[in-house]
Amino acid sequence: MTISNQSHRLWMYENMVKSRAFEDAIKPAYFEGKTPRFNMANGPIPGEMHLSDGQEPCAVGVCAHLHEGDTVTATHRPHHAAIAKGVDLDRMAAEIFGREAGLSGGRGGHMHLFDASVNFACSGIIAQGMGPALGAAMAAKLRGSDNVAVAYIGEGAANQGAFHEVMNLASVWRAPLIVVIEDNGYGVSVSKASCTAVARNADRAAAYAMPGIHVAGNDPDAIYEAAGEAIARARRGEGPSLIEIETSRLEGHFMGDQEGYRPEGEKDRLKAIDPIPRYRERLLADGFDTAELDACEKRAQQAVDAAFVFARGSALPDQASAFTSVFTERSAA
Amino acid sequence: MNTATAIRKQTIAKAMSEALASEMERDANVIVLGEDIGKLGGVFGNTGGLLEKFGANRVFDTPISETGFIGAAVGMAGAGMRPVVELMFVDFFGVCMDAIYNLAAKQAYFSGGQVSCPMVLMTSVGGGYGDAGQHSQCLYATFGHLPGMKVVIPSNAHDAKGLMLAAIRDENPVVFMFHKALQGMGWLGTVAGSITDVPEGDYEVPIGKAGVVREGTDITLVGLGVTVHHCLAAADALSREDGVEAEVIDIRTIAPLDRETILASVRKTGRVVVVDDDYLSCGLAGEVITSIAEAGIPLASPPQRISHPDIPIPFSPALEHAVLPNAEMTLAAARQSIGERA
Repeated sequence: MTISNQSHRLWMYENMVKSRAFEDAIKPAYFEGKTPRFNMANGPIPGEMHLSDGQEPCAVGVCAHLHEGDTVTATHRPHHAAIAKGVDLDRMAAEIFGREAGLSGGRGGHMHLFDASVNFACSGIIAQGMGPALGAAMAAKLRGSDNVAVAYIGEGAANQGAFHEVMNLASVWRAPLIVVIEDNGYGVSVSKASCTAVARNADRAAAYAMPGIHVAGNDPDAIYEAAGEAIARARRGEGPSLIEIETSRLEGHFMGDQEGYRPEGEKDRLKAIDPIPRYRERLLADGFDTAELDACEKRAQQAVDAAFVFARGSALPDQASAFTSVFTERSAA
Repeated sequence: MNTATAIRKQTIAKAMSEALASEMERDANVIVLGEDIGKLGGVFGNTGGLLEKFGANRVFDTPISETGFIGAAVGMAGAGMRPVVELMFVDFFGVCMDAIYNLAAKQAYFSGGQVSCPMVLMTSVGGGYGDAGQHSQCLYATFGHLPGMKVVIPSNAHDAKGLMLAAIRDENPVVFMFHKALQGMGWLGTVAGSITDVPEGDYEVPIGKAGVVREGTDITLVGLGVTVHHCLAAADALSREDGVEAEVIDIRTIAPLDRETILASVRKTGRVVVVDDDYLSCGLAGEVITSIAEAGIPLASPPQRISHPDIPIPFSPALEHAVLPNAEMTLAAARQSIGERA
């Protein structure tokens, strides 16, 4: 590859940096009103907060291949995937702050981000996005489009019934679905090793007669390559694939998690292999210049800063809006 | 529109499949999926003939994976299709409720109205034929309790067709319950009153509207599904034997409940018996009576409810028929109501 045909790598870098900058901006905002005593209900961002620091390669390596018409369903840890799918950053931030200008006017919050303009949704129940992603994939197939759907799940979700039901259905229907397992090693506090019968969830794909690809190293380029193949296959009508990515969760399950379940020194070891500085080094080694990468970082930071200004400047929703959007009105036929 | 006036007596099963076929013809986005809905035409006959007519790209049998295919229907609905999904027995909701109440019912709300969820979930309810407690429940209140879904149940074939057309065209998830005692399957036995004239052509029975199926002035009997027929039978006996004219309300839509129609009747009669075959406590009959109490309607005698007691539905006919609400219980409650003063 020459540098000139590697613009996707800059895109991946910029979106990883944007996601990290977004999470870095969430952290102090989240703890406003929650110190010295941590009460989840307090501050401008109440409720649980699941950060995706460390998992950015999973988002960009896959989403670099997607168009607006493709669907992504993500998990309770959705920010990196939302950003890589092109969800409106301003309205996403406003939603996380529970504001009127949020994606859904503050009805959903950080675990329920919907942006219909780019076909992105996420939800708070493990493996729950599998079914809707399959449905979006089937809608595309039945209508003869070459759009695909990606279901992001964590490695814990591979032990859920919904995962297995949808894996089988997707294969039976030859659906253009790509299931991406972000294996960060932990379901909340329980390690994958202690609760999963197989060492590699990619092996489970064989039970559903679909390709299962394992990607080690939390490496955006390797993920990009594996996803490219799976997505092209789906677009050609050749059916679903499973991609398992070894990644790392640099923070706790949720903000405020004391993480006493981690082995001594694990977090330091993970931070030492943070994928973002590593990727910057690789890009420099491959001939990208510092100014280019600096410009990516600057643009990313500016977008995040603007989103937080937008969110904090947005009004709180009118109380009456709690009662709207429960049902959708029927338009005149 | 076909305006033929010939009487066409049909079962609910036939009326449902006719509505599905006509809407599939009208709207290419309508597809049907679920267990045994293809070659078999539905265990309860509600999808008969659809596979032959519309082919395997619009009518597909699924594996026994309710979480998977109901979840997929939510994704299809979000993408602009109109899936009609079969959950064969309402009792099976226990294996897939997440896809129903957390996904389908919350898609519009959590998306702030960006993404609707126009899907129909067909499911059979009711006992009385010795299938025991995992294949005989009604669970009206369970589904009526959870926001974001509409829930309907026809008591006759006319309403079944009209409610089905309205349900498919609705922009929201509609749980379409059909009662096995009314379905018209030979092997189940069918209450005769459920087989009615079904007009040809296009008509809707509006969701959210109860029906006054018998007018009367002395007492209001409220039912849904099969219990409408219990109420009608009781009303006939009251008229014939007691000189009492009962008004009978068919709830038809469990959610959103048409309180106004019920309240208007009770304001007129001052007496009420509510009959449902779901469990008693925290149930639909209790909800109806609460609405009457909240409206401050003066009653001539205490309101009564007849529901299935708070026990699993037993197998032996000797046990099941002792506890399942029926016309005799309805008549006895009505007579007690007429004889009492509040």
